[in-house]
Amino acid sequence: MPGSLETGDATVTAIEIDGGLDVVLGGVWQVTVPRPTWGKLLAGREPRRVRLRTEQIEKWDTSLLLFLLEAQEWCRVVGVHCDTEALPEKIRAMLGLFTKARETSVPFDRSENFLTGVGRATLETWERARTASTFLGESVIGVARLLKRPRMFRWHDCLDEMQQCGAMALPIVSLISFLVGLIMAYQAAVQLRQFGADIFVADLVGLSVVREMGPMMAAIIMAGRTGAAFAATLANMKANEEVDALETLGIPPVYFLALPRLVALTVMMPLLALYANCLGILGGMVVGAGVLDIPPSAYWIETQSIIDLSDVSTGLIKALAFGVLISLAGCLRGLQAERSAAGVGRAATSAVVTSVLLVIVADAVFAIIFNMLGW
Amino acid sequence: MAAMNSSPASVPAIEVEKLQAGYDGDVVLQEVTFSVARGEVFFIIGGSGCGKSTLLRHLVGLNQLMAGTVKFFGQPFTDAAPADRRALLKTFGMLFQGGALWSSLTLRENVALPLEEYTPLSKREINEIATLKLAQVGLGGFEDYFPAEISGGMRKRAGLARALALDPEIVFFDEPSAGLDPVTSRKLDELILQVRDTFGTTIVIVSHELHSIYSIADRVIMLDRAEKGIIATGTPRDLAANSRDPRVSEFLRRADRSAAPA
Repeated sequence: MPGSLETGDATVTAIEIDGGLDVVLGGVWQVTVPRPTWGKLLAGREPRRVRLRTEQIEKWDTSLLLFLLEAQEWCRVVGVHCDTEALPEKIRAMLGLFTKARETSVPFDRSENFLTGVGRATLETWERARTASTFLGESVIGVARLLKRPRMFRWHDCLDEMQQCGAMALPIVSLISFLVGLIMAYQAAVQLRQFGADIFVADLVGLSVVREMGPMMAAIIMAGRTGAAFAATLANMKANEEVDALETLGIPPVYFLALPRLVALTVMMPLLALYANCLGILGGMVVGAGVLDIPPSAYWIETQSIIDLSDVSTGLIKALAFGVLISLAGCLRGLQAERSAAGVGRAATSAVVTSVLLVIVADAVFAIIFNMLGW
Repeated sequence: MAAMNSSPASVPAIEVEKLQAGYDGDVVLQEVTFSVARGEVFFIIGGSGCGKSTLLRHLVGLNQLMAGTVKFFGQPFTDAAPADRRALLKTFGMLFQGGALWSSLTLRENVALPLEEYTPLSKREINEIATLKLAQVGLGGFEDYFPAEISGGMRKRAGLARALALDPEIVFFDEPSAGLDPVTSRKLDELILQVRDTFGTTIVIVSHELHSIYSIADRVIMLDRAEKGIIATGTPRDLAANSRDPRVSEFLRRADRSAAPA
């Protein structure tokens, strides 16, 4: 009794000859469309031997091999002879390769026990701490070299970076600082109006913007914008072996790549903070004029009377420190990155997290120091 | 994709007519016309900057043509509807210069991805095919490695395994032997021929590796930078022996010196 299967353009015919099964394959076999399966063809029959051959096969690929493999597997399990002699040479060769590939494929176990994991993590932390301190040391040496021979410095790169991290950041810094000033003024207005102390909105906004929020907001923006950019650029250069190229020329990558960025951001950061201060005060002034009916001139005079130079300079000193921290974190994470696409992404993420963390911690330290100094 | 099976065997695998290509308004190639027969090993050769890779990128649709048409198996590809385009795309395989393996996936997963996208096969079958394809390129036992953990030559072979995953009708190679040692490069050549002989696959290779050109090319076209187009067509030996164009003979003659055994 012949049984025939046709799926798509692929055909299989099974002809029973005294207990054995003669399987004839034909048509077009393509892996991208469904194909006949051995189980369906068999339909419960239990032949004592199986012979596979092709007839008018127009085209075949891996899907035919999968079918043959199913047949062979079934024969092996049931324990009947599977005759592939009649198949064309090319198909038999591929089938042989397939069978061998299955035998030699060993799953690779990537799991490790707890202790190994802890050990690895410890070693990695140690290694990271080492590279971080090396990087810090090289940066200090780089700064010393810069001071000794300023003409050898990559001023052009540095100016480019200043343009990128300073001038190009003005719009976003403007918007955020203005809004922060505005929000603070609103919050203050609600409380202070209850006591008829409307004018003190100017004091509150002025002081907190100049001492705290201006430098802080500028730093957060720079961490997300410039710190991430530094890390991504350097990580990409590392993946591209550009960093190695510098090493082989005897140029320290830290001096060549990190220092121009460090200088640029350290210079730009106080300027951005100053700019953020102005915009923050302006935000407060807008709320004062619009909501509290305080004329801008009165608001300005009140602001001037409460803010003195020490307030502004504490803010600027902090901004300078934030600039150093953000650029160091960005460049360090970039140079520590793994050489892969995912490594670049992780470097950028880690740069932002590290710089924000360092900025907040540094801010706390400054708060204590300035308090002790009475500034 | 039933179209290319129903189309008569006499229809060439690739027909390019009056192709004009370039980037950002700069024309790199113009009036390029050629066709590739089924099962042919076809080389696009020429010096650096002559537009070999540009031609390849435009052929596979990574860049838009400026003018002209590209047909695969008689079917227009240039302005095909998205569905037809997708159907044609799965009949291609492409091996990029650096392998271009997805770095977050293991080799097995890299090969399995096109199969998961385009075939009705079960997970187990896909795994088996991936294993087979990797064994075919000599990477048996490396199925669960990540691309970053293997050498450049192995990455390239894994890229080939991925290109072959869907048993494509046409496989494109961008500089397959760049960065490979001579032995590996020769093995890759043999592999390419084996694929062609087993499945009748059409092979298009961009290369300037003279050894490969002489040993496996059925036909070559040579591009030239100044001409912005094809300056010679034929079998490599014929061109080397008979071409009167000094640019052609000079390019192919370097072979005689470098490939001549001492």
